[in-house]
Amino acid sequence: MSANTTNILIVGVGGQGTLLASRVLAQAAMDLGHDVKVSEIHGMAQRGGSVVSQVRYGPQVFSPIIKMGEADVIMAFEKLEAARYLSYLRKDGLIVINTESIDPLPVMSGADVYPENLEQKIAAVVPNTVIMDASGIAEECGNIKAANIVMVGRVGKALQMSKDSLAQAIKTLVPSKAIDINLRALDAGWDFMD
Amino acid sequence: MKKLMIGNQAIARGAYEAGVTVAAAYPGTPSTEIVDGFSKFEGVYAEWSPNEKVALEVGFGASLGGARTLVTMKHVGVNVAADPLYTMSYTGVTGGVVLVSADDPGMHSSQNEQDNRGYGKFAKLLVIEPSDSQEALDFTREAFDLSEEFDSPVMLRVTTRLCHSQSLVEEGVKQDVPLKEYKKNEAKYVMLPGFARLRHIEVEKRMDRLRDYVETSPLNRVEWGDRSIGIITSGIPYQYIKEVLPEASVLKLATVNPLPEKLIRDFAAKVEKLYVIEELEPVIEEQLKAWGLDVTGKDLLPIIGEYSPELLEQVLVGRTAEPPYTLEGSIPGRPPLLCPGCPHRAVFHILNKKKLTVAGDIGCYTLGALKPLGAMDSTLCMGASIGTAMGMEKARGIEGSRKTVAVIGDSTFIHSGITPLIDVVYNQGNTTVIILDNSTTAMTGHQDHPGTGVTIQKAEAPKLDLEAMVKAIGIRRVTAVDPINIKELEKVIMEELAFEGPSVIIAVRPCALIDSNKYPPLVVEKDKCKACKACIKIGCTGMYWVEEEKLAYINPDLCIGCGLCVEICKFDAVVERAVM
Repeated sequence: MSANTTNILIVGVGGQGTLLASRVLAQAAMDLGHDVKVSEIHGMAQRGGSVVSQVRYGPQVFSPIIKMGEADVIMAFEKLEAARYLSYLRKDGLIVINTESIDPLPVMSGADVYPENLEQKIAAVVPNTVIMDASGIAEECGNIKAANIVMVGRVGKALQMSKDSLAQAIKTLVPSKAIDINLRALDAGWDFMD
Repeated sequence: MKKLMIGNQAIARGAYEAGVTVAAAYPGTPSTEIVDGFSKFEGVYAEWSPNEKVALEVGFGASLGGARTLVTMKHVGVNVAADPLYTMSYTGVTGGVVLVSADDPGMHSSQNEQDNRGYGKFAKLLVIEPSDSQEALDFTREAFDLSEEFDSPVMLRVTTRLCHSQSLVEEGVKQDVPLKEYKKNEAKYVMLPGFARLRHIEVEKRMDRLRDYVETSPLNRVEWGDRSIGIITSGIPYQYIKEVLPEASVLKLATVNPLPEKLIRDFAAKVEKLYVIEELEPVIEEQLKAWGLDVTGKDLLPIIGEYSPELLEQVLVGRTAEPPYTLEGSIPGRPPLLCPGCPHRAVFHILNKKKLTVAGDIGCYTLGALKPLGAMDSTLCMGASIGTAMGMEKARGIEGSRKTVAVIGDSTFIHSGITPLIDVVYNQGNTTVIILDNSTTAMTGHQDHPGTGVTIQKAEAPKLDLEAMVKAIGIRRVTAVDPINIKELEKVIMEELAFEGPSVIIAVRPCALIDSNKYPPLVVEKDKCKACKACIKIGCTGMYWVEEEKLAYINPDLCIGCGLCVEICKFDAVVERAVM
């Protein structure tokens, strides 16, 4: 893949807002003059399954999907999903993990166990790991559902994107009554101290 | 200014720019957003049809009436619409018709992985395949001109990865295409054998003209590079090739039926080693081999599943991606589930508890097959549950039918469950059918249908009365029940199974995601919980088990207070939060 392409893999559980996060990042990248591709999966993924969105931007982007070991950033809205997609992170890539855990069915039913201290285990192998309570921060901003935008703020800063462009994307993509909360969430993520 | 669009949105825009005024579809992943998006343009007519066959027939009529017409469906929907499709190839069109077939390599949300390029060959249609959203818009617009030029429906074949990937699109200017004059022409549009024989000759002449057209179509292109490797590809795999083998020479095909023989032979002659890279069936490869060309394709690459850049890199470059970071230990899977608070979960809970044989159907309810509910014995296609239950009964006799039910959703029942129910009445089956009425087409993202009383454009419509219709078919025993009332539900199911004769149970409650009734989340009273896990066994994601405490818990963020677990718990341990 082209060294000039930035690859962001966004993983979580259906309903956590991976789609909105990918659209905000893509819109902001487009405003900066990049070619952009985004891959989403609809349908079955909405029913509490594991969900992945992929954002790629640069001078010219061909494939809408990221190769294993090529993601510059993984944004994980849930710890188990962070672990599931870790193989997509490139060497020296950044992984940002929300500390939220959502038990999948095999765990809920007691057939399997949720691995302990996943975020610490990942941090032990990936030097560039950021662990954040994005859901808690979002709740302070006014709505726990804005955790996705808190994460967008942290990742946008790491990728040296324009905060104004991200804010502009939020204004065009979220319903008007949710704009203020999401802009606060963007600020909180942008200013987050690891 | 360019815009980011998913492929489906770009197709809708392309149809709008081409002057399309009528669009019809039945929802189906990955096609749903096309006509949904198209319906939002000013001055157009769009409809959710009851099924794909009706959608294409409406498309035929609109074309006959002189309008440019868009009809969209998922790949298996084309099977439903295949009957009108094959003969529309004979009649041709008045206003241009584009049929979008959205295939699903990898089966992200489908029951099979069929490759609808095959329809192009057998129905003798021009099939065009785009590779990104810009092409999706441009090719759609072009396809309407081609449909009228060649007097034939044109198939735009897309796949999930195109439908649901966004890329940059430059919108064009909307054409105003006047309605064509209607002239009665029975020799062209009434397919009596005498007329159809003459039309078949026209179809073959058209195929000759199409074979000429594709040789010089501006939609196909050659990108010369290193001539030691030549790749023939189309659709999304083209994008992967550009990542994996940026130096190779590429013949990028848009017209995948008919194939441009001279263009392909010329390309093949100028490269040392020729590959065809196509997902699913070797449609292009087999034609090349029939022409005697030496080509490599499916002997290296799989027929099964979706391709990816790493797969092509591994096969074509011999480089296997090594993940830089890995964790020890296994990661529990996260299968999709019925939503927390899905009111129809109760039905599957009872069917499982009573160990009944369940002929299932397409939609969210197929998830009732997964553990811990595990209440499904078969799922084939839209509407198949009722005929399947009838057939099992005819094979195994009345005793079998007393332990067998058909389970089908409201939208699926209207799509293709009515005719098999007529069969049950006519041929005197004892089949018990449970219609799970959640008042929407839920799986594809909540589209309206004739039973919701609302159109695609959110206007009021006559609401189909399922109970009255089922009675009109001749089912005498029809019982409506609220599935949350689990004791009543169980009683009704057991009564109807025991009854000798056909019966229908309609379990009515809206999908939890659209239900306007909101109830507060529930909570488990610790001292009352006896750790029997009955509530856990209903597989609601709002509940979870904590082994160390031997206690069931309810996640207040997910619980919508439907009360199913209250009904299930024998110890009255689940209560409203306010009671605590």
